[in-house]
Amino acid sequence: MQLSLPFSSSRVRAFIVLLFALPLLSACGFNTIPTQEEQAKAAWSEVLNQYQRRADLIPNLVETVKGYAAHEREVLEGVVEARAKATQVQVTPEMLTDPEAFRIFQENQAQLTGALSRLLAVVENYPDLKANQNFLALQAQLEGTENRIAVARRDYIEAVRQYNTSLRTFPTILWAKFWYTDAQPMQTFTISEENMNAPQVNFGNGG
Amino acid sequence: MKAHLRHCLSAWLCGFLFLVAAVAAAAELPALTGRVVDDANLLDSAAEAALTEKLAAFERKSSDQIVVATINSLDGEAIEPFSNRLFRAWGLGQAREDNGILLLVALNDRKMRIEVGYGLEGTLTDLHSRLIIENTMVPAFRAGDFAGGISRAVDDIIMVLEGNAAELEARARRFEEQSGGTDWPAVLFIALWATLFFGGFASAILPPIFGRKIGPRRYRWLGMTFDYTPRRRAGGGRGWSPGGWSSGGWSGGGGFSGGGGSSGGGGASGSW
Repeated sequence: MQLSLPFSSSRVRAFIVLLFALPLLSACGFNTIPTQEEQAKAAWSEVLNQYQRRADLIPNLVETVKGYAAHEREVLEGVVEARAKATQVQVTPEMLTDPEAFRIFQENQAQLTGALSRLLAVVENYPDLKANQNFLALQAQLEGTENRIAVARRDYIEAVRQYNTSLRTFPTILWAKFWYTDAQPMQTFTISEENMNAPQVNFGNGG
Repeated sequence: MKAHLRHCLSAWLCGFLFLVAAVAAAAELPALTGRVVDDANLLDSAAEAALTEKLAAFERKSSDQIVVATINSLDGEAIEPFSNRLFRAWGLGQAREDNGILLLVALNDRKMRIEVGYGLEGTLTDLHSRLIIENTMVPAFRAGDFAGGISRAVDDIIMVLEGNAAELEARARRFEEQSGGTDWPAVLFIALWATLFFGGFASAILPPIFGRKIGPRRYRWLGMTFDYTPRRRAGGGRGWSPGGWSSGGWSGGGGFSGGGGSSGGGGASGSW
């Protein structure tokens, strides 16, 4: 019986060459663009998830505030309207490369942030409301959500930065030009953190 | 092919340099020296030891990693982004469970925060964190009793986590299965590859050493004939380039280290 060394037939040789070539291919960035695209999309889903969570908290918050400050009609209506507008526009991960859709989404969410901060500023004038257990719970949740939004936004911005950089830098640009020809740079948040920032919900200092 | 290889190499080098730069940029974060990182010296050594023991015992029981950190100053940064950065840098909680909690106190800024990992957000809610800060920590801190405030806050956190006993047990069990149980598909996979990889070497090296010579460049070993006559066709020698091995370094051993968990910004902040 003759047991020859490896590479007896050319087919085995081709298989082994392929075996070593494939990891090299991925090391040179073949996988980079789809991987980073999926990461950016996942990060965006988290952003949407947290904005949705905020939108879900608002009806309860408005009801609670109404019980104590019903005549602050204007501010309350502002929040309800801004929420309705913000929840109308949804940016699915496929729409992330569309600057116009992204801009509208961003502005609507910024308006809701502004309306909420006005509401929470008004609440300062109602000590009974501030002592209400239900309100305290909502306020803690809202604070937590605003912080989660900030974290999710940061993660998304970082994921998009990596993805967009891959599309424009060597060697991944070669793959983008010749293989992933439909890959477009994704949009990211342009409104500054200050304008978008969480409403000043730091009025829980024991009083 | 050579140029191709050079590109790969430069890409790796760039990646490595980027990694170094990233580590340098996050240098102002304190080092994870243990379960209690008391950079602001709020705890005496006895309190620190007791706290460490309590946290270690709780991790043994539940696999949840709670870490207490005190720092002098945030250097102008808000406490929320800082604690999230610190949490992720330390990787608190087990990798797949994300069950870490960071209790951070910034002395000069008079701020504290309980940062909760993804996996515990449902158990230790934002409201719980806030109540612990407002009702336990703030009064003690205002009275100057930092050690007592921190210790009681940790007790409260553990109480909340234990309060959901069924979930706590399930979490510990899941973690045990992950870490203790043998991953048979992985073992099989590695065994197969090791056989292929080392088998080639073995068949090239061992027969001339242990086998019986039965002709020029022909050996008989273990009932098989090995023929080392060079082949004529397919000009050039047979190249055998071993693929690179990247080691996923196992850190740890002795000191305490995070399990690789992450946080999405859950928890609550407060000030005194």
